[in-house]
Formats: sequence, structure tokens, C-alpha cells
Amino acid sequence: MSEISHNSAATMDASPSSRYFVREHHPENGTLLGFWMYLMSDCLIFACLFATYAVLGRNYAGGPTGAELFDLPLVAINTSLLLLSSITYGFAMLEMQKQKVRTTLIWLAVTGLLGAGFIYLELYEFVHLIHEGAGPQRSGFLTSFFALVATHGLHVSFGIVWLITLMFQINKHGLTPENGRRLMCLSMFWHFLDVVWIGVFTFVYLMGVLP
Amino acid sequence: MLDHIDMTKLIFGRLSWEAIPFHEPILLITFIGVLIGGIAVLGAVSYFRLWGPLWRDWITSIDHKKIGIMYVILGIVMLLRGFADALMMRAQQALSFGDSAGFLPPHHYDQVFTAHGVIMIFFVAMPLVTGLMNYVVPLQIGARDVAFPFLNNFSFWMTTFGAGLVMASLFVGEFARTGWLAYPPLSGILGSPDVGVDYYIWSLQIAGVGTLLSGINLIATIVKMRAPGMNMMKMPVFTWTALCTNVLIVAAFPILTAVLGMLSLDRMFGTNFFTNDLGGNAMMYVNLIWIWGHPEVYILILPAFGIFSEIVSTFSGKRLFGYTSMVYATVVITILSYLVWLHHFFTMGSGASVNSFFGITTMIISIPTGAKIFNWLFTMYRGRIRFEVPMLWTIGFMITFVIGGMTGVMLAVPPADFVLHNSLFLIAHFHNVIIGGVVFGMFAGINFWFPKAFGYKLDDFWGRCSFWFWCIGFWVAFTPLYVLGFMGVTRRMSHFEDPSLQIWFQIAAFGALLIAAGIGSFIIQLVVSYLRRDKLRDTTGDPWGARTLEWSTSSPPPDYNFAFTPRVHDNDAWADMKANGYTRPQDGFVPIHMPKNTGAGFIIAALSAVIGFGLIWQMWLLAGAGFIALMAAIITHTFNYKRDYYISADDVVLTEANRTRLLDSHV
Repeated sequence: MSEISHNSAATMDASPSSRYFVREHHPENGTLLGFWMYLMSDCLIFACLFATYAVLGRNYAGGPTGAELFDLPLVAINTSLLLLSSITYGFAMLEMQKQKVRTTLIWLAVTGLLGAGFIYLELYEFVHLIHEGAGPQRSGFLTSFFALVATHGLHVSFGIVWLITLMFQINKHGLTPENGRRLMCLSMFWHFLDVVWIGVFTFVYLMGVLP
Repeated sequence: MLDHIDMTKLIFGRLSWEAIPFHEPILLITFIGVLIGGIAVLGAVSYFRLWGPLWRDWITSIDHKKIGIMYVILGIVMLLRGFADALMMRAQQALSFGDSAGFLPPHHYDQVFTAHGVIMIFFVAMPLVTGLMNYVVPLQIGARDVAFPFLNNFSFWMTTFGAGLVMASLFVGEFARTGWLAYPPLSGILGSPDVGVDYYIWSLQIAGVGTLLSGINLIATIVKMRAPGMNMMKMPVFTWTALCTNVLIVAAFPILTAVLGMLSLDRMFGTNFFTNDLGGNAMMYVNLIWIWGHPEVYILILPAFGIFSEIVSTFSGKRLFGYTSMVYATVVITILSYLVWLHHFFTMGSGASVNSFFGITTMIISIPTGAKIFNWLFTMYRGRIRFEVPMLWTIGFMITFVIGGMTGVMLAVPPADFVLHNSLFLIAHFHNVIIGGVVFGMFAGINFWFPKAFGYKLDDFWGRCSFWFWCIGFWVAFTPLYVLGFMGVTRRMSHFEDPSLQIWFQIAAFGALLIAAGIGSFIIQLVVSYLRRDKLRDTTGDPWGARTLEWSTSSPPPDYNFAFTPRVHDNDAWADMKANGYTRPQDGFVPIHMPKNTGAGFIIAALSAVIGFGLIWQMWLLAGAGFIALMAAIITHTFNYKRDYYISADDVVLTEANRTRLLDSHV
């Protein structure tokens, strides 16, 4: 660590008094590290929701169980939409590195549409469940289910808002270093949500339909 | 369909004239007092035409030094509120025996003890700790600001508006009556149908976002922005403790956010996280809140340990004894603080094995803490000790905190805890470590770094008064509680039947008055020091003969902190520079790249508070409109790409020339 900051940060000065100072110093940019830490803190929120689901997930209170409620084919389509959107985001990043504004924007748009499709299917599932009388108030199981899945869905929705904002900004300012950094942050955010969803899919849906 | 929607309900939610406490004389008088005081302050600001400077130089400031100062001011103001609550409790318990009901009805008393705990932890201790870290850390590591200056401003305003919501609950509605951690089912909608718990939830959620972001900010600052040559093991100990504290913040506060979010869902939408029926589990709440809550107490105490380390080595005129072991002790405490949360509820039926595990981990924490105490003692050993005010606080801390730590180890023994749980012994214990550790640490830190921040020292006489009143007052106030705890008296009681207990509560109340004198002395100290500022002036930038980088620049430091970034060769960098013939550079200055002030943080935080208020009272229209405005404000802010400016080389030359004159005038 110290080696890196030595080399990248300090511009040596020849005069002897400079043993104790450097004339020009450019500290490293901490945005990506900061965003990583934000993601890990967000991960803890999900960890709490997962833990709560682990504790409450079998408290059906005489209501419906996961095996009765979950429509796995629908969730499978949903999952593939989200996973696909991670790939298309990756394509956008590749285009960004080639400094191609138009194709970057196109791949971002595809990513956003896939995300919107995911949210649409999730809302459809929620409405369906509530319509069947399996709303979040029904039992501890459904409370923790809705909390976990909806928190993830809210994150994806904010991700889409962010993505649209960023598309406007790229359109306006081009692929500047600042916009590149923002794209990188959103990329981490998007992939992070993908990873969380894999956990949800496995832990909630797949294990939920086990007898 | 539209006929069913009641417009009044949509706009005002649960708010009505009944929420304004006209019938409570204590609150009414307080309200009138606050109103008169508030009008006086606003009038003064208008009269002296200070609105412009206030907005430009402070509210929108992204300078870590100004934000640090504002945090400390917030902490001190809230200390007065939190301490007023403490006085009321002590007075009530001293009076309310047998036929006398005291002056606080239980309904009010329960709010007072809840507010006291919440305010003291979240809005006194946290702002003071964050404020000192904000001010000192960038200076100690030779940086010009924090990694994310805008976020820093935003964090501060989130904390402040969170505090504002708690204060609003005094006069609009009421605060929670649940104790400071609001356990369900009492805090559920059936146990607490009014807005008190909602005030609690939303003020902490808003302040919590600020705390989390400032944690991320300071970690990124410490990891990425240290001066060249300062590797991890050359960082000042305060910076180390700040790093560990902020790691704890980032790893703990999301849990608080999650658990309070679940509680609010239970309350607002009738879900079943923590309810008694339909498969809820209240123990889930208790576990989660303490997985946040235990690290929280270490979040508060670690920076205090750092402050004491700096002070002990400075006022003993020596390098800190056992730097490496100090760092390791800090890191070990950081890790262990996650493995002890269950000791807060040994009595809740986890079984013998689980209780033993958590009892043992709790006792293990006393080992690194003990190592620290010995390091401080060995630093003082054969040192040339100067008994200035910061050092007094430090010695007071060492004695007080050791005793508090030992009662903590007693509580860590599960069978003993079954006897002492929820008793006044526990109350005495945690006040012993929090006052003896955190509060003493903050006063030590304020006395130590005040000359750096304002360019003059704090008055010595009133500082000593403040220390002795606090220290003696603390023991007079809390020793009786230890005694009462052994007798089996439980906490949170507003009335007692047994008259033989009264004398102990009267002694405790007298102790609280002594502490009041300590706080009064501190305020007088601030005023007297301001009036005598020319006599107390520090022209050197290094009034104590200290050892770390913040003392190498002027007092107060220029906007850019350091004209040239220091290069570090030793872990007491400034002591090394002084010893080895450092000469201050006088020429060759270059323009300095700095972040620009912005009002976005204040606006976004204010909108968050509006949303919080809307959600508390279920004013859905207000909350919805606030949310839309919030999103618009955030998005608009992201379209601002011009966030920096340069301080020209000429300005730097001018500032540095002034400093040269000041230094010459001293000799």
C-alpha cells in the first residue's frame, strides 16, 4: 500500500529542505473504494433480511407455504432477465472502454429494458400473491419474503433511475473520466444486485419449494 | 371512489391540535422558552446581517474543519437537552416516594428516559466523536480535505435534521416511551399506537444515513489520502482508532437501518416481523438491534482511546509506549465487539452454552483494553508530565474507566447478570464507562484541539473547575446507583414505595447537580476564553509542544491545511520534523486544487426530514411530494460537474506570509 502511494503520489523535489514536504501532491481518487464500502454496507442490510427470512421463513401461521405459492417458471424467466442484463451491462462497459458513446448508450438502454422487465414480472407476482390472500400481513413467512424480495426490487428500480440519469449525462458530456467513474459505480451496483438475486433465487424460491 | 379519500387525512394524517401539548405546563414553559430564545437568535442573525455569511461560509461549507466544528456544536447543544432530561429524572426519583408522586406523570417520565438515552448516544456522543474525527483526521494524515467533501456536508445535515426531529417531538406529538432501544412488542403498534416510536424510528433512520456515509468517507480518506511516507504503522493512534471506529460504523449501522425499517413496516403496514401472533419473532429484533448496539459503544469509546493516547504522549513529553500493541489492541477490540452482543440479554433464555460463550468473549475484551491502560501508564512513567486540563481529563478517565470496566466484567458473568440484569447496577456501570470514557475523552479532546481550531487556548481555571465538578459529580451521582442496584432496585421507575431508599436517590440527585456545575463551568470556560482570547492566543500553531502533523500548520489552519503536503518518516511526524531541523518553506507556492461549497447537502437533508415528518404523522401527500422533490434534488445535483476551484498561488503566498509574520512576532 505504502509503496503504491509513494510512487504514484509523490513528485520528488531535488532541494534538501524537501525531506519534509512535497511540492505537488495528488492523492488517489477514493470513489471506487468508497462505493465498494457502500455496497458492502448495503450487503449487510440484505444479510439482515436473509437472516430474518431464515428465522421466520417457516412460520406459516396456518397460511400458504412457499411450495404452494411460488411459480418457479415465472421466477426462472425473471432470473434470466436479470442475469442477462448483467451481461449487457458488461457489453456497455466494453464499449465505454473503446470510447464509443452511441453503442455504450444502446447497451445501457438494453440493460435498462431488461431491468424494467424484471421489475414488471416481480410486480406481477406480488399482485398475484396479494390477490390470492397471501400478502405481507398474512404470516411471518410472507412478511420476510416480501421484505427481502421487495428490497431487492426497490434497489433495481433505483438502479434504473440512475441508469437513465447517467444516459442523459453521457449524451451531454460524453465518456469523460467522471462519467466513466459513474458508469463503473453503477456497474458494480448492478452486478451486486445480480449476486444478491442469485441468493434470493436459491435460498427463497428453490429451497422454498422443497417439502 | 374519490369521495372515500378524506382530504384532511391525506394532508394532515394523524396530526391535530391535540398533538400540541397545551395541557402539560412543563412542556409549555419549555416551548415558550425555546420560542423566545429562537426568536432572539434569529433576530440577532438578521440584525447583524449574518444570513449571507452563515449560508456561504458554514451551512454550505464542505471544509472538513468547519463541518467538524459544527458537529461539535451540535453535540454540545444536544448535551444541554439530554442533560436537562437527566436532571428531571434524578429530581423525580429523589422526590417520588410513598405518597408523593413527584412532578412527572409516568407518561411523561417514560418519554424523558427514552429521549435521554437516544439523545445522549445518537446526538451528543456521536456528533462529538464524528466532529473531532472530521476535524483532526485529515490534518493528522497531512490531507487537504476528506475523500468526499460534499458527502461530508450532507452527512452532517442528515445528523442535524435527525436531531431536529427528536426536538420537534417535544412540542408536536410526543416521543417514544419504550426505552432507548424500543423493544417490541412494546414498541409495536398495539403497545405504542401513538407517534412516539415513529419519531424515534425516523429520526434515527435519517441520522443513521448521515453516520454511515461519514463512516465510508473517513475510511476512504484514511486509506487513500495519507501523506507520502505515512504507511499504516506510521499513522497517529487517533487516526488508527478513527479508522477502526469507522469500520465499525460501516459494518454496524446498516443493521440498525434494516431493523428499524422492519419495525416501521410492522407499525405502518401491519406486517409480522416482531409481532406476537402470525409467526412474528420479537427476539429477532432484540438480537439484531444489539448486533448494532454493541459495536456502537465501541464506536464511541475507540476514538476516545485515541484522544487519550495523543494527550498522554504529548503531556508526558514522550513517544507513546507500545505503539504497535496499541494498534493491535484497537483492532482486536474492533473484531471482538461483534462477538459479544448477546451479553445484553443473558436472561432471555438462550441456554447455558450460548450464555457461556458470550460471557467469555465479553471478558476477553478486557484484555486488550487493559493493555491500553498499561500502555498509557508506561507512557507516563518517567515522563515529564504537565498537568494541563486535557491531561487532567485523561487521568480522571484512567481511574474512572478502570472501575467501570471491572463492573462490566462482573456483569459479563451470566449468573451474576441474572441478579443484576435491568437493575440500577447496570445503569451505573454503563454511565461509568460512557461518562468516564467517552464524555471525559470528548472534553479532553475539545480542550486539546480547541487552540488548533480557533487560534487561542481555553481558559485553564474554568477548565479545571469543569473537570473536578464532572469527576466528583459523576461519582456522587452513580455510586448510589451501584448500591441500589445491589439492593435489587430496577431501572426506569418513576415512583418508589420503600422510603429507606430515598436517601440514595437524594445523594444521586446532588451528584447530578455537581455535574450540572461541571457543564456550567464548561460553558463559562468557552465564554471567558473568548473574552480573553488575545491573552490566550496561540501564534505558534503548536501550543502544547505536541507530536503529530496537525500541529505543524497554523492555528487555525488555512483553508488548504498545508501549503505543501508533508512527507512522513516517523510515526510522530511533527516531533520528528522539530527534532531534525525542519524549515518551513517560504516560497515556490503553487495553486491548490480545492472542492467548492454547495447547498445541495443541506437541501437534500432538509427534504429527508420533511419526508420523515410526513411518515411519522402519516401525511402521505407531504411524504410523497417530499420524495419526488428529494429525487429531483439528488438528480439535479448529479448534473453539477463543476465541483472544484483553485486557490491561486498568490493567495497561498499571502496566507503563508501572514503566518511567517505571526511566527516572528512570537519570538
